[in-house]
Amino acid sequence: MNAMAAQRWNFWGGIVTALTLVWAVLWAFPLYWGVISSLKPDDEVVRPYIELWPETPTLENYIDALTTTQIGAWYINSVAVAIGVTVITIFISMLCGYAISQLRFPGRIALWWLILASFMVPTSALIINHFVLVADLGLLNSWAGIMLPQLIHPVIVIVYKQFFDQVPKDFREAAVMDNASEFGILFKVYMPMNWGVTTALSIVCFIWTWNAFLWPFLSVTRTEMMTITVGITQVNDAFGVYYARQLSAAVLAGLPVALAYLFFQRRVTEAITLSAGIKG
Amino acid sequence: MLRNSRTERLAALVLVAPFLAIYLLAFVYPTVQMFRTSFTDAPLIGEGQWVGLDNYLRLDNDPMFRRAVWNTAYFVLMTVVPGTLVALLIALGVSRLKGRFQAIVLALFFLPYILPVSVVYLIWDWTLNFQFGIAMHVLDWLGIPRVPVFKSRVWFLPAVAGVTIWWTAGFSILLFLAGLRSISAEIYEAAALDNSTRWTTFRRITWPLLWPITSLVLTIQLILQLKIFDQVYLFSIGGRPNDNMVLVYYVFQKAFQQNQGGRAAAVAVTLFVLVVVVSVLQFQLLRFAERRRR
Repeated sequence: MNAMAAQRWNFWGGIVTALTLVWAVLWAFPLYWGVISSLKPDDEVVRPYIELWPETPTLENYIDALTTTQIGAWYINSVAVAIGVTVITIFISMLCGYAISQLRFPGRIALWWLILASFMVPTSALIINHFVLVADLGLLNSWAGIMLPQLIHPVIVIVYKQFFDQVPKDFREAAVMDNASEFGILFKVYMPMNWGVTTALSIVCFIWTWNAFLWPFLSVTRTEMMTITVGITQVNDAFGVYYARQLSAAVLAGLPVALAYLFFQRRVTEAITLSAGIKG
Repeated sequence: MLRNSRTERLAALVLVAPFLAIYLLAFVYPTVQMFRTSFTDAPLIGEGQWVGLDNYLRLDNDPMFRRAVWNTAYFVLMTVVPGTLVALLIALGVSRLKGRFQAIVLALFFLPYILPVSVVYLIWDWTLNFQFGIAMHVLDWLGIPRVPVFKSRVWFLPAVAGVTIWWTAGFSILLFLAGLRSISAEIYEAAALDNSTRWTTFRRITWPLLWPITSLVLTIQLILQLKIFDQVYLFSIGGRPNDNMVLVYYVFQKAFQQNQGGRAAAVAVTLFVLVVVVSVLQFQLLRFAERRRR
């Protein structure tokens, strides 16, 4: 009886696994299709039947995209902004998380609640006043202007605070005995114990910033200052659309984050579950 | 021996200062300004006259605002629960797989989430292209007439909702997988010994134990989809944005295209309050659920 039940279990299990596989392939198919189309010459792209592999694979669309659009400048802008936001955000959030976790100072509880509360504020409601602020500072169409409103990630402070809370008190007491400064304690004791979470948070912070659309779209009007995420949607030709070239620009825009994910799959997963409030 | 509390306070101030400065400048100040602007008739840049509640009262008779509210609600309806169910089904399927194989299949489902919205837009705009899109070849083959998906009033929001589910499911799948992993194998073994059927096992064990995660995913999705803008904006390029008006788009249109900062701010405040209320409710629900579990 039991054996039969187990067998039935296996049979249905096999079907579920097969369905999952088919579903996964269908799910990822548009991505495959986008990449394949970008490797086809113009006349093949618009053929009235389905061609799963290019007859004559070509990189001409990529060369075209690189030479006729400002994609190079957009790349530099995206890299600069994403690295800038990541470094600054991680640094200031770590310092703040450490202070809230380890030091006693007036206003500590109030600050913690303020950070927790800001978790629920939708930044897309703030676009008008972000724009006014950045315009007043004279930072429209600049890297600093794209970066400024993106520097606030309360969740990173929260994750750091929770991680620093877990470090046993003995470590800190021993360091204080040695007359180490607060910075010394943070960088020599706490940081090395939390390299994992720092890497994970840095990778997702980079990905979030690279992918940001609304604010970079609003704060930049000059084509050469756009980030790649915005740039590839804003430039159309006067003479119709070149599908294959647009797709090759899309592949170029998605490549860095896709590679970051594929290389650091475990870290990305960890950081995303942490930022949703689930202990990893 | 012990360091005095004054040096500790000073150190805390130095450590907190950079975050606090940017936080006040880029977050608190714009939030306060948003409320202030919403009571004036200011243009996007520049001062305006105080008009009291006028901007809010106008919203009541504003057909475009009403459309934005309805479309946002419609979009939320089509994405939040369906998207969560799709993610749960995928997570259940993926959780059965093992090791490297699981990592590969998970990557296939997760990759869209990691991509910028504009890449997602270009890929789907191409896939569903009326003339050359591969989806239209499939429709031809099935004998269904082609639809200009993103130019059609009826199909626009459902199609964008579908693309959004495809794009954001990866995030929910990860959370569900984390939840499924935390359910111990022993419980399932016990159920198998009891000859419990697949469905009973799911209904009696998996679903109740997964409920905290499910409610978390639902609220995260709800808050995310209330703020829908990017996809609607992108797929409307060259189309009819006014038919597909959603709340954030309306803020954008009023402020950046019609130069009415004050009236845009009133819409922004409405959205702001809506999201905060939903978040507070979520927080209370989670606390309530946690207390009940103890």
